[in-house]
Amino acid sequence: MTTTAEPVSTTPVARPFGERLRSILLGRDAVIIVLVVLVWIVGASTVDNFSKPNTVYYLLLDVLPILLIALPMTMVVVSGEIDLSVASMLGLSSVLVGVLFQHGWPIWLAALMALGAGVLGGALNGFLVTTVGLPSLAVTVGTMALFRGIAVGLLGTEAVTGFPSEYKDLASDRLFGPGTAIPGFLLVFIVLATVFGVLLHFTAFGRAVYAAGLNAETSRFSGINVPAIKFWLFIGTGVVSALAGVYWTLRYDSARGDNAAGFELAVVAAVLVGGVSIFGGRGAIPGVIAGALLIGEARSLLRLADVSADAINIAIGVLLIASVIFPRVLSGLKGHLTRRRTSGSFTPLER
Amino acid sequence: MMTKVDHEPDHPAPHDDPLLQLNDVSKAFGPVIALRSAELTVHSGSIHALVGENGAGKSTLVKIIAGLYSRDSGSFQFDGRPVDFGSTAQSKSAGIAVIYQEPTLFPDLSVMENIFMGRQPVNRWRRLDRIAMRQQTTELFERLGVNIDPDLPALGLSIADQQIIEIAKAISLDAKLLIMDEPTAALSGVEVERLFAIARSLRDEGRGLVFISHRFDEIFDLCDHITVMRDGAFIDTHLTTETSAPEIVTQMVGRAVETRFPRSRNIPGDVVLEVSHLRRAGAFDDISFTVRSGEIVGMAGLVGAGRSEIARAVFGVDSYDSGTVTVAGSRLPPGNPRAAIRAGLALIPEDRRRQGLLVDLSVGRNIALVLRRKLTTWGLISRRGEDALAEQWSRTLRIKARDLDSPAGTLSGGNQQKAVIAKWMATGPRLLIIDEPTRGIDVGTKTEVHRLLDELAGEGLAILMISSELPEVLGMSDRVYVLREGEITTELTRDEANAEVVMTAATRSEVST
Amino acid sequence: MNARSLTAGFATLIRRRETGVVVAIVVLIGFTTVVNPGFTTGSDGFRNLLLTPSLLMILAVAQATVIITKNIDLSVSAVLGLSAYATGRMFTDFPDAPIWLVVVLGIAMGAALGTINGALVSLARVPSLVITLGTLYAYRGISIAWAGGDRINAANLPREFTALGTATIGGIPVLFLVAVVVLAVVAYLLAHTRSGREMYAVGSDDSAAVLYGLPVRRRVFLGFVASGSLAGLAGVLFAARYATVSSTAGADLELSSVAAAVIGGVAIVGGAGTVIGAALGAFLLATINRALPTLGIGEFWQQAVVGGLIIGAIVLDRLIWARQARRLKSSHASIAAASSGTDRGVFAEPTRPPKEPVP
Repeated sequence: MTTTAEPVSTTPVARPFGERLRSILLGRDAVIIVLVVLVWIVGASTVDNFSKPNTVYYLLLDVLPILLIALPMTMVVVSGEIDLSVASMLGLSSVLVGVLFQHGWPIWLAALMALGAGVLGGALNGFLVTTVGLPSLAVTVGTMALFRGIAVGLLGTEAVTGFPSEYKDLASDRLFGPGTAIPGFLLVFIVLATVFGVLLHFTAFGRAVYAAGLNAETSRFSGINVPAIKFWLFIGTGVVSALAGVYWTLRYDSARGDNAAGFELAVVAAVLVGGVSIFGGRGAIPGVIAGALLIGEARSLLRLADVSADAINIAIGVLLIASVIFPRVLSGLKGHLTRRRTSGSFTPLER
Repeated sequence: MMTKVDHEPDHPAPHDDPLLQLNDVSKAFGPVIALRSAELTVHSGSIHALVGENGAGKSTLVKIIAGLYSRDSGSFQFDGRPVDFGSTAQSKSAGIAVIYQEPTLFPDLSVMENIFMGRQPVNRWRRLDRIAMRQQTTELFERLGVNIDPDLPALGLSIADQQIIEIAKAISLDAKLLIMDEPTAALSGVEVERLFAIARSLRDEGRGLVFISHRFDEIFDLCDHITVMRDGAFIDTHLTTETSAPEIVTQMVGRAVETRFPRSRNIPGDVVLEVSHLRRAGAFDDISFTVRSGEIVGMAGLVGAGRSEIARAVFGVDSYDSGTVTVAGSRLPPGNPRAAIRAGLALIPEDRRRQGLLVDLSVGRNIALVLRRKLTTWGLISRRGEDALAEQWSRTLRIKARDLDSPAGTLSGGNQQKAVIAKWMATGPRLLIIDEPTRGIDVGTKTEVHRLLDELAGEGLAILMISSELPEVLGMSDRVYVLREGEITTELTRDEANAEVVMTAATRSEVST
Repeated sequence: MNARSLTAGFATLIRRRETGVVVAIVVLIGFTTVVNPGFTTGSDGFRNLLLTPSLLMILAVAQATVIITKNIDLSVSAVLGLSAYATGRMFTDFPDAPIWLVVVLGIAMGAALGTINGALVSLARVPSLVITLGTLYAYRGISIAWAGGDRINAANLPREFTALGTATIGGIPVLFLVAVVVLAVVAYLLAHTRSGREMYAVGSDDSAAVLYGLPVRRRVFLGFVASGSLAGLAGVLFAARYATVSSTAGADLELSSVAAAVIGGVAIVGGAGTVIGAALGAFLLATINRALPTLGIGEFWQQAVVGGLIIGAIVLDRLIWARQARRLKSSHASIAAASSGTDRGVFAEPTRPPKEPVP
């Protein structure tokens, strides 16, 4: 009855910190981060102006909405769902700010209302997915059209512009003064990233999110309220999308119904490239941030290199496909190798 | 071990050679031996019952016949030729059909499409000939003596009807041998009669049938032969006319009651769990029992008797229609596992891979899962706290793993079970419900688990133990409730309980004459 | 066929989703025509009534074919765009090219793009949502990279070709007839051939399909090749219809095909629904778009209506399912009552091992 590769007398312990660190450093997230750095180095050395502060500044401004929304989106995908309505909520929030501003509302109040709309939209998604029990893909395709539709319905093809400069500056001001690279609004992202990162990786709630994505049934048996968790996660994407909408409006000085049209795919791409498994239960915030930055870098690079700004789409597409195929191939190989040595755990179902 | 009884020469068998013959078949999964020297001989034109308690190996044997598993040793002959099926497709084309308890139909498609999927009748231009399909389906049903609309979607049909469709499928594939696994479990009386009529007509057509069941009245009504298995081995084969239910029962359980179970005599304390008139339509009815601190209450019965359903309902994973659950005097609201956990309940579920663990998650995180909130300071989970907790429990339970960061799925069955136990013991419960504590676990770990349960009971934990392994039930329990088809049939004390009494109460072994 | 089976058949017909959509279409057209008779009558009104939905109908049929196998093809609009631009370029660079050849090449291009999707999904066994998201990006990128800022104009295209876009036969637009033919062919294949029925089986329960010995991967692959080809065809027709093709052709059509299918009764979880329903859904969607301005509702509200319809459609499906399950649970044990229905998710693994108890 001997089994292979199992210590007999020593109590198993958690891996020492050094080993854990090493497995993280060799893990999926690290690869993306290294890739981001590599692309940066290559870009800086081959393309003129790539590393200039001004270029970096615009790179960051452009990628901020993706960065922001990717945070709650990560949690939604880790829990086993998806939210395709985020860009439409961004547009809706933008339109709300514009319309209210047109009617004389102070910006801060209009922004607050927009965030409220984000909560409502997220609650609608959450309700349909958890209480009614619909698949989130189908639901968010519907709300994607609904929110965008309301946005376009309110403003048509008009755009509201002329926002007060102090608010526009909030969105676009550079942190360290003119000519530097870091936009002030990045601080908002950093705060949010910290909040979401801590929430997902260091709290009981975060553990429950992973559990829900790995196996909803076991989670239920373990006393985790899966529907409640998912409900709140959808509110998360709703609110942050609305926030991104406020940012977008102020940054471009334009509230339009079609703001960020098609954007949801970029967010999903960032999340998936960042190593989050579409099946749920796996993935981390640092990887996603790197994934979004990678996309931002690629965009900036190609724009500078005078490659068509949207040819980057090919790269994102290929990147996306590669990022899901590689793990499959790898695990297929690994499975092949480990099946040789059965460590006593049998799975009679496999054949 | 009794030897095989030869068939009486004057028993009318349409063919001399058996249709199906397995000899000395063995099969092991790692350290767990599922079959050793199993035998089965089935003739055409007969209905052959295969009986044995859970874990006797019937299911493994059937899967080998169906081609799902390969056998480690022994001979396998079908229709006069030695065979070695590598897939279900091969066994199907050889003429073997297995009808499982859960029908595998396409819910959205119609009855007739389900039967003929992949081989639908087509006309000259490769166009589906629905009229022919409908006609052939109707003919099949006529042959079976049933009347089901071929155009109905499979989703809406009763399980009885779905079984009929599976049988129709088998016949249309010209199956020579049909194996039916507990076919009457979900059927009403009328449907059972209908099924039996079909079985008899199939037999009269010269096919062979294998009927796996625990219902002795049905076995003695329908089958002409009975093969008994126990502990993965063949025990005996009888002609139905020459044996009796008690004899079969004795052979199914025939072993000395284990005295090697580590049980100490405790004096039980107060009632911790009181379940009163619990009922859920279709699952269980009028369930009332108590569990006191310091005692191990066993719940015996066959698979499908409703025990796991009761456990889940008590714990709150499922809801119930009526009745009450009281823990230490206060009522537990239904359908609320978190409230149950807060009240001090813990449930170690039946399926540890699908319900007990998150197999892709590390062992340590699994153990710390239920307790995750308590491991926080200022809302943040202390990794060190998680690790310490996991280490403490894996030390206590002697969990063997490479390290606690390995995914739980890489552990052996026994260690996985220990991990689930650790996860729940960490919450410091006052009542532990454990469903099939040692299923699929090697002998050594089994003993460890039993010893652990005894220790815990000694410390005052109330334990409700659901088990389909008779020796375990008899050896570990202070009291035993026996369930049959959703109802409690008897309550026995440790002294009153023995294998025959329990088995009789668990099965319908009264044979109506 | 006796009277009872006739009435029973009639009753099932009434309850079908397709009938509901037809009713909705008729009501919509009727109502709008009352408000403005020009909507349906007159040469323009009737022609546009049928012309406007034609392309979306073809896309919806393409999408439905894939969804039936429990997958999704997000790249259809990009395939359309690429094919449309390719058509334009072909005519620009080879003005004497025969139209039929260009059509064939357009379809072939679509088929090739669909093959990539199909291969990745069926071989790598990665969820089609992710794969087609990637190819959506990639194909769109290719089309933009190829086209640059270029625009194909009507002047570049042969007149017979652009005439096709608005030509009518007996008052019915040619493009609409093409859509109807496509619909008829695909509907026939899905309803009356073994491969077609197997596609439904795969979408209904892929693990049962494996047990039956059905060629699951091949059927899934076939679905994607079909959707690619149809999108390619739609691209050629797009060039004929609009005669101006830029790199953004088809950019807003991404999820309209999915919406049309869902509204038309194609279950997002696969195994149910018809391409006829999807085409009807497309007809309804496109007609709503056309009708809104006439009804005094800003056309800008169209998308909101679409969104509401999608949500309404899936909620309705769910309620019907739940009511059915409840009814079945009380009358007898059945699979519908027993299953929770939630394991048929879009992200479910393509094939699960059959559930079996441990020995």
